[in-house]
Amino acid sequence: MAPVPADRHRVSSRATNRLKIAAEIAVPLAILGGWQLWTVHAHSQFFPRLSTILVTFRKMWLFSQFGEHVVPSLERIGLGFGIAVLAGVLLGIPLGLSRWGYLLAMPHIEYWRAIPPPALLPISVVLLHSIGNTQKISFIAFFCLFPVLLNTIDGVRSIDPTLVDTARSYGVRGLARIRRIVLPAALPQIAAGMRNSLSLAVIMMVLSEYFSSTSGVGYVLLISKNTFQLAPMWAAILLIGLLGYVLNVLFILAERRVLAWHRGWRAATA
Amino acid sequence: MPGLGDAATATTVESPADQGVERAGPGIARVGQIGAVLLSVAAALAVWELVSRTGLIAERDLPSMSSSFRELWSLVQTTSFWGAFAQTVRGWALGLAVAIALAVPIGILLGSSDFAARALRVPIEFLRPIPSAALIPLLFLTLGTTLRSEVFLAAFGAFWPLLVQTMYGVRDVDPLAIDTARSFGVGRFERLYRIKLPSAVPYIATGVRISSAVSLILAFTAELFMGIPGLGQKVNFAQAYGLNDQLYAYALATGFLGVAIHLVSSAAERRALRWHPSQRTATA
Repeated sequence: MAPVPADRHRVSSRATNRLKIAAEIAVPLAILGGWQLWTVHAHSQFFPRLSTILVTFRKMWLFSQFGEHVVPSLERIGLGFGIAVLAGVLLGIPLGLSRWGYLLAMPHIEYWRAIPPPALLPISVVLLHSIGNTQKISFIAFFCLFPVLLNTIDGVRSIDPTLVDTARSYGVRGLARIRRIVLPAALPQIAAGMRNSLSLAVIMMVLSEYFSSTSGVGYVLLISKNTFQLAPMWAAILLIGLLGYVLNVLFILAERRVLAWHRGWRAATA
Repeated sequence: MPGLGDAATATTVESPADQGVERAGPGIARVGQIGAVLLSVAAALAVWELVSRTGLIAERDLPSMSSSFRELWSLVQTTSFWGAFAQTVRGWALGLAVAIALAVPIGILLGSSDFAARALRVPIEFLRPIPSAALIPLLFLTLGTTLRSEVFLAAFGAFWPLLVQTMYGVRDVDPLAIDTARSFGVGRFERLYRIKLPSAVPYIATGVRISSAVSLILAFTAELFMGIPGLGQKVNFAQAYGLNDQLYAYALATGFLGVAIHLVSSAAERRALRWHPSQRTATA
């Protein structure tokens, strides 16, 4: 964005600013309106009216099937994500501190990170003899591990050497060093990894439930597709989209609170 | 909540400088490192063999490492394997190409026009986190089990990271360079072409690397879930018929394809960034 040259544009810049705000509100509304108009005219069986989708959405998710399908999905996301974060940080700190550990672990991390996750879906079913929560949660946790793990390793490895030396000269050692120096310094990057993991968790939840399950939002998606119930299918797509969006927003809000000290510190040193 | 969306995108942008390239020391240290890596891989394969042979996990559920690789070896001698392999690579390449063709121009537009960026902020912020997997049933019903479905899904997923990288790359241009060019009477188009684009290239290259991984995942996903021919469909068949050796062999092959694509796109990124400070190594 080029800086607006002073005074010559001051009058018009206020007007453009208003125009921009108007566009920010008007364009999404226009898109929704256009969608509704198009679906009314198209009469396509695959694209039900937006209003129909919204009515179905309210009927299904607020809240008659919420407990039956949304709660299990949220539970799987929560547990899978939680396990991944815990494991990623616990593994990532030693691997980030030890050069040899890093060297030995890297080929494995690189392979598992590069494999498309769905390739392991059938294997997870075969290995765990389950299409229930165990399999879903393990699958989600396994692939959510990598963003947290890699970011933890990277965050630990890039700690300011002055900080490490200062801590050492003050005799901060062992667990205290990890808890008071390493973890806080790596936290902003761990948080960035966690955010990627969280959006990954939603995708993994949908994939694993769509592949084989008896409950969950992904299951509803599959069943409504198989029975040609287009409005419920669209309602499920909308719910998954909302879920991805809302979880992301909630995470950013939480991150802002937890990492407020980091922002302040960065602003002060910048 | 104004500004929230901006922060949301800002933190996902990978600045090209994040790419810490490891440069090992010359000579003995380097040989030692390679040896350690090989040893680590060999140890993992041995553990796999043992876990299956000793029955810690039944051989029916986890075929031994040797029989999985033997299966893979006999598969790579068939044309059907390479056909499926080529189909997956085709889906990946087309998906990535469509994503690049759309995301880069749109990203440049949104990055250089504040007005366009504001107008489309809400739709983009809403569409971006939608898991592309949710679109599988819709594609299944509308486009069917065709290459078009696969390419659409791959392109849809690969579009967003690249769009965001491009937008931020164009915005990250040094304002001083723009002002200097303007004061020398350089026109709007030439400014875009000679200043904004070159300075955005590192971001775009990083975006292409990220998108290339996403495109492969979604091409494979489309094959697995919709039965479009390719490695994903092979995995699906192997599971349906209980051919566990084949299931593991195809999963291994898919992993190798993923590693290969990762290596190629990282190399391409480094090449595009040769001149960038993040890629310079100390010559001391």
